[in-house]
Amino acid sequence: MVSDPALSRLISQVQGAAADRVSLDIRGGGTKAFYGGEPVGEALDLRPLAGISSYEPSELVVTVRAGTPLATLEAALAEQGQCLPFEPPRFAEGGTVGGMVAAGLAGPARAAVGGVRDYVLGATLLNGRAELLSFGGTVMKNVAGYDVSRVLAGSMGIFGVICEVSLKVLPVQPATVTLRLEMDAATAIRRLNEWGGQPLPLNASAWWDGTLVLRLSGATAAVASAQQKIGGELIDAPAAQAFWQGLRDHRDEFFLGAARAVEGGAGLWRLSVPATAPPLKLSGEQLLEWGGAQRWICTSAPAPTLRDAAAAVGGHAVLFRARDKAGVGTFAPLKPPLGRIHQALKDAFDPQGLFNPGRLVPGL
Amino acid sequence: MNASATPSALAALSTITATTATDRAARQSQVVAALSPLLPAHALLWHTEDTVPYECDGLTAYRQMPLLVALPETEAQVAAILKACHALQVPVVARGAGTGLSGGAMPHPLGVTLSLAKFNKIVQIDRLARTATVQCGVRNLAISEAAAPHGLYYAPDPSSQIACTIGGNVAENSGGVHCLKYGLTLHNVLRVRGYTAQGEAIEFGSEALDVPGLDLLPLVVGSEGMLAVTTEVTVKLVPKPQLARCIMASFDDIRKAGDAVAAVIAAGIIPAGLEMMDKPMTAAVEDYVHAGYDLNAEAILLCESDGTPEEVAEEIERMLEVLTGCGATRVEVSKDERQRLVFWSGRKNAFPASGRISPDYMCMDSTIPRKRLADILLAIAGMEVKYGLKCCNVFHAGDGNLHPLILFDANDPDQLHRCELFGADILETSVAMGGTVTGEHGVGVEKLSSMCVQFSPAEREQMFAIKRAFDSAELLNPGKVIPTLQRCAEYGKMHVKKGLLPFAELERF
Repeated sequence: MVSDPALSRLISQVQGAAADRVSLDIRGGGTKAFYGGEPVGEALDLRPLAGISSYEPSELVVTVRAGTPLATLEAALAEQGQCLPFEPPRFAEGGTVGGMVAAGLAGPARAAVGGVRDYVLGATLLNGRAELLSFGGTVMKNVAGYDVSRVLAGSMGIFGVICEVSLKVLPVQPATVTLRLEMDAATAIRRLNEWGGQPLPLNASAWWDGTLVLRLSGATAAVASAQQKIGGELIDAPAAQAFWQGLRDHRDEFFLGAARAVEGGAGLWRLSVPATAPPLKLSGEQLLEWGGAQRWICTSAPAPTLRDAAAAVGGHAVLFRARDKAGVGTFAPLKPPLGRIHQALKDAFDPQGLFNPGRLVPGL
Repeated sequence: MNASATPSALAALSTITATTATDRAARQSQVVAALSPLLPAHALLWHTEDTVPYECDGLTAYRQMPLLVALPETEAQVAAILKACHALQVPVVARGAGTGLSGGAMPHPLGVTLSLAKFNKIVQIDRLARTATVQCGVRNLAISEAAAPHGLYYAPDPSSQIACTIGGNVAENSGGVHCLKYGLTLHNVLRVRGYTAQGEAIEFGSEALDVPGLDLLPLVVGSEGMLAVTTEVTVKLVPKPQLARCIMASFDDIRKAGDAVAAVIAAGIIPAGLEMMDKPMTAAVEDYVHAGYDLNAEAILLCESDGTPEEVAEEIERMLEVLTGCGATRVEVSKDERQRLVFWSGRKNAFPASGRISPDYMCMDSTIPRKRLADILLAIAGMEVKYGLKCCNVFHAGDGNLHPLILFDANDPDQLHRCELFGADILETSVAMGGTVTGEHGVGVEKLSSMCVQFSPAEREQMFAIKRAFDSAELLNPGKVIPTLQRCAEYGKMHVKKGLLPFAELERF
């Protein structure tokens, strides 16, 4: 029998929902409820399933229950001089580790260090048949069977309840500096990509309104020599830290302005494009991150304008925040064989369609 | 000669081999007739003398003649072959260079082996975007060679990189000595283009950093040809480090060497490579390459740093401090590139060196948590006594990925049998230590039985359901990777529970 009361309760809730054919809204801190399709169904609160199950700094692995607050995990890692290098955003207090994996969102360092899925090593999932399944593990290299745990990153919970995850963690880099340079968007995109082709410890970038802000992170000597090479104005550490945290958590000037515009009926769009794509000719201010691969635009332009602009350069557009997403959908529609495979995978994990209906793909 | 055979693994295919010669000949004529209009005559092989070279991959103990071999030259031909095979419900086994070590490309007796060797063009190297788009049959090393004029390279470097293809790397999620710092194939692939079992074109990933919907690349990369056929891959290229230096450290005790590996990582260092060889392995390779290895050491660690000269100098100092602090009896830092390559020469020749001291060897590939390195080495030493066979050990120590090489003589059936038991014992002990049966070589047919120990029946059934979501008729490389319920019942070993460990007693509810 299951000895953990929180897990037992989750299992019986899923069994009950399956028997009654009721949809479940898997919920942690609710800090990302705005993201993706609108949550529907009976709330399945994961917060009671909390705690760090194991953490061994020398293994670079932490195993955490899904309801653990992200802040708790980050504090435990910081005590050992380690971190989640992909900088998951914290849109509000109370976000959980499960929500971080399900949403699959990463912060400013994404282009340099990889995304959420690159750090997932294993996961335990409760599927639509109320079966508790473990995939992956706690080791760095593992090719035994399909890598189900990594697919959960960004799945928006449609396969089931993520109960526990094992994550790869890394040491905090010994040195970090932030530089500011003045240039237009096209120059910034070109230079970011040129620097990317050189052995420089580039860790994050942000361009907005004629200013490029760069973060270098790595061995002390490497950061110092890169700083010399790149030039620009050095931003003092506290101000730099506040800037990157604001960007990561969407609390900096650009995103505060965007929030007001969203209140007024505009949409905050996230365009994920190849890093070398030229500046996109769209109305509205643009914030460029990830070496040019992520572009934020706040605009009232119709969805097809954004979707077409992103598709034209080989990317896609996400309606990240809007007062009303009905009829538009968060994500770009899937192409035919992929759409069929999404449906078949959903059926394979959750044949009754209990979990998070419509959060990732309309009707799924 | 590398050989590794578990008769039980072959038994997995017994149901499909149980067919009469007449049935097989009739099926062959039918498939030849269906495929002949789709391909030039030279691109279809079915006479025994032509198909023999395809009967096995790098795991030579498993052999099976394919029904026929198709060698398409265009994506349109791949699509047409897949459609025709789907219509006839004929299995298709995709194949690259055939260097795989787990029998993943072993033919199906009633199936078509789809050789993608002719897809060998580098489509584009984009210097500014730091990407290479290549056809699936391009060799791993050829990508780095093509990128070299731009100061870039493709980081994953499996030891077969001269011969293995990127399509095969995608199928296996291949690693190499540098993946602790630079990641596996999955972390270095942006986009995979290919075909479904029904012959529809499909793309996973993109040149952007994410896609709408599910991120299916982690399922496809490492799926051993079970979900789709890969024809083109876009990979990330990274700047070539200006400098690499390697420390060779000796230890007089296995446990001290194992602890040193953990201590390097705990000190916040991510080495470019961190490898270990035990004493028997060191003796075998020294005899082969004469690199000047310390033959008195119980274990040797190779610890590499790469980056700018300043960065490397700083990191080598920190590494030396940790290694000597952990009781290294001798440390030497490579003075130049030539000496660095000498340090590596033994490690890179571990397999051929083993081939010289034994008629056959069986290479295992499990992974364990780093902190259990000494424990598994001591356990393997116990197994040497138990099974009466010698074992040399090389490890990707930084990743906890073991390559024990069990030495045996395949001509002696009893030795072969003991070798199989020895290998299975290593895999299952690794799972019990919190590890996995395969770190980078794949399950293929070789490790099917051990998958019963690592995964519960419900987990295996979930994997079958994933397979069917991509390939409802189960025609792509059937019979590999996931063992059936019946096979696991026959194998008779219990599933080792994992995940949510505090309630590990949980099995059903």
